[in-house]
Amino acid sequence: MAKTIELEVNGKKYPVNYPPDTPLLYVLRDELGLTGSKYGCGEGQCGACTVLIGGAPRRSCQIPVSSAAGKPVTTIEGLETGGRLHPVQQAFLDAGAFQCAFCTSGMIMSSVGLLQTNSNPSQSEIIQSLQGNICRCGTHPRVIEAVRQAAKMIQEHGR
Amino acid sequence: MSNLPEKFAIEPERYEFRAAPMHQFELARRDFFKILGAGIAVFVITRDVAASQETAPGSRSFHNEELPKEISGWLHIGEDGSVTAFTGKAEIGQNIRTSLAQTVADELRVPFESVRMVTADTALTPFDAGTFGSRTTPTMTPQFRRVAAAARDLLIGVAAKEWGVAPEGLSAANAKVTDPASGRSLRYAELARGKTLAQNLPAEDPMTPESQWTVAGKPIPKVDGRTFVTGKHEYTPDLRLEGMLHGKVLRPPSFGATILSYDDSAAKAMTGVVIVHDGDFIGAAAPTAHETQKALDAIRVQWKEVPQISNKEIFAYLKKNAAAKSDDRGRRQKGSVEEGLASAAHRLDATYNVAYIAHAPLEPRAAVAQWADGKLTVWTGTQRPFANRDELADVFHLPESNVRVIVPDTGSAYGGKHTSDAAIEAARLARAAQRPVKVVWSREEEFTWAYFRPAGVIEVKSGIASDGTLTAWEFHNYHSGTSGIDTPYVVANQRTEYHAVPLILRSGSYRGLAATANHFARETHMDALARVAQMDSLEFRMKNLSDARMRAVLEAAAKSFGWPRKKTQDGQGFGLACGYEKGSYVATCAEVAVEKSSGAVRVVRVVESFECGAIVNPDGLRNQVVGAIIQGLGGALFEAIGFENGRIKNPHFASYRVPRFRDVPEIEAVLLDRKDIPSAGAGETPIMSVAPAIGNALFDASGVRINNLPMVPNGLRSA
Repeated sequence: MAKTIELEVNGKKYPVNYPPDTPLLYVLRDELGLTGSKYGCGEGQCGACTVLIGGAPRRSCQIPVSSAAGKPVTTIEGLETGGRLHPVQQAFLDAGAFQCAFCTSGMIMSSVGLLQTNSNPSQSEIIQSLQGNICRCGTHPRVIEAVRQAAKMIQEHGR
Repeated sequence: MSNLPEKFAIEPERYEFRAAPMHQFELARRDFFKILGAGIAVFVITRDVAASQETAPGSRSFHNEELPKEISGWLHIGEDGSVTAFTGKAEIGQNIRTSLAQTVADELRVPFESVRMVTADTALTPFDAGTFGSRTTPTMTPQFRRVAAAARDLLIGVAAKEWGVAPEGLSAANAKVTDPASGRSLRYAELARGKTLAQNLPAEDPMTPESQWTVAGKPIPKVDGRTFVTGKHEYTPDLRLEGMLHGKVLRPPSFGATILSYDDSAAKAMTGVVIVHDGDFIGAAAPTAHETQKALDAIRVQWKEVPQISNKEIFAYLKKNAAAKSDDRGRRQKGSVEEGLASAAHRLDATYNVAYIAHAPLEPRAAVAQWADGKLTVWTGTQRPFANRDELADVFHLPESNVRVIVPDTGSAYGGKHTSDAAIEAARLARAAQRPVKVVWSREEEFTWAYFRPAGVIEVKSGIASDGTLTAWEFHNYHSGTSGIDTPYVVANQRTEYHAVPLILRSGSYRGLAATANHFARETHMDALARVAQMDSLEFRMKNLSDARMRAVLEAAAKSFGWPRKKTQDGQGFGLACGYEKGSYVATCAEVAVEKSSGAVRVVRVVESFECGAIVNPDGLRNQVVGAIIQGLGGALFEAIGFENGRIKNPHFASYRVPRFRDVPEIEAVLLDRKDIPSAGAGETPIMSVAPAIGNALFDASGVRINNLPMVPNGLRSA
């Protein structure tokens, strides 16, 4: 049965009234209108729905909305601050690391999650942490390059 | 592509050959300016139509009349100097929103930033058969060049009139017309102010030669890039209309299943739910996706299923069920294959099999439909908006003028989004609900109810002389298609045939179509022949090639790769392949590593050279080429659809493996820019030579020749 829970998304609190087992992704998209997180498979296999929960990258299609309550959730819409792109967003833009860009939100959120715990990842660490994100257009080399650039930007200028 | 030999004439693949006839264009000139505001508009019409007009269209202005039906592109310059260019093509990740705007800016002599493209909207853009066949760049680039050149001339004419001077002495640059004699100038915005001036023209105006491009040819970043990295771009599944419901279709358990009994009483009792049962269509719509699913789960249906063949017996089935007579398309005959084989020093025959694969675009098929006053508007990610419109009009018994299809920039397609399934489903549910309805296919629906790149069997018979010259080439493709079926090699005696087989699984276009299958067979076979001739496989190809462009891409790829290379470790192998299709040339060199103990295969490095004439945007092109290589890896190594009795056995990313980061090798794309050759498309050809180059490298590494795609779904077992 639906019961009201409180979600904290991008620093804003939202009361939501959904069955507790509803995947967080559907609540973000359909209830909160945060459509930057994408449905690509609904099975945790493609990474297009990746958000940060308590700072860690998670597949929002696999997270029941009830278990996201009480933890800060960050979506792609929450990365920009004061009109300034997050370094990872800027790096994706600079590297042209997208084609159709449907995977881009998830790629960026996974990369932000990685860089929060590892500020200077190696090539294999980048690959390891993006292995769960599918890009069907085949833009992988530029995504890796973008993550490297973002790491450099963060080291030089901070977040 | 008038400079191509006849055998290379571009022929639509049979699965793409569904182009609708030219249709009545409803937008009148006055409506056009109502939508866009005053200014200057220029339309380009095709040459055939221009010739049939009574007066020379180049000099003719038209007022308050229907636009010509065969308009293929148009452009508007607003009173603020903004430029809007219209095309029926869709942006599906191939970057045409950027590359076409570059062309317009270049020819109109305006800053790139002032150009906005309106794409794929049946109410606003010219008719277009669809975004496929790598046709956007070769058809739209010259048309936009012409339309922009004519607009420039028109602006010069307006300025000349204003100043009372001859137009010949005036020049246009930086969005201004300048009179060098007096030094005075007028901005385009000023010239367009207060005007509702329209001109149509034949598609023959002179254009800026490729060597003098200033905006085109540059690596301009993707338009609207910021909206993508911030998640703000709205793809079809992201659209939300007032009062919109979430719709979903109840799918049969297998292909061809029919309804035996149906009971929706429990579902109908749910509040806020709309159920539609119309023929074999069953669907529901409700305010949330969760409620929609609950309603569908409550519908009781008994199905009658029919036994169907499985992927295990597909190749034998294709051979057995081929049409008795080969298809006219794809049939080529030269010399006598029998004599060529008889005179050969060595013969080599082989059969190649290619599995069904899925496009698996990351954005699933989706549509939002809205009815108002008997008119239907549908937003949907499709490659064929006008065909979708026609199909919707047909299904709902509406005049085409009452249907509008709009394509938001779409989360990829790869040839997989030609049909109007989701659009029809959303529209049917929306009509019943009398509210807007959104339908987004699940990943499982995507893998099951879309369509596939068809499976195929290819048989090759061949002969070579003792010096490695090809003496005979016989090539039969069963079912997969005719794209890339012609050999680019010089062979005196050849026979090529395509054998149609009735569809088993719903099949259609896929990036490169059958060219991947045909190139896999031919280039694998050429590698095997080189071994028979005891020649280096590059040398063997060169010996049998006369086409200078093909030789150039081969040389470029070989040079960057360092061909021929010496093996420095166990399990290492090198292979190459090349091809021509849709106006462009490709050559690929691959390095693989096979771990003998486990049979694990890794593609270590790929160097691919590509030439598609004059490059419009090298950055976008590089993305397309690298992307095609990576996508090609999947079909080469492990992608295959499993099926049995009308069910797809692996309709999930967990069971249908697509290339991921760990699969990606070191990649080098070598782009050859030929300013002397008109630009061809680049979306497809770069995928064709990936599989054979890898397969040839696998043979080099292991001595095992694999004639099936995918080659190593479970590793190289027999290595």
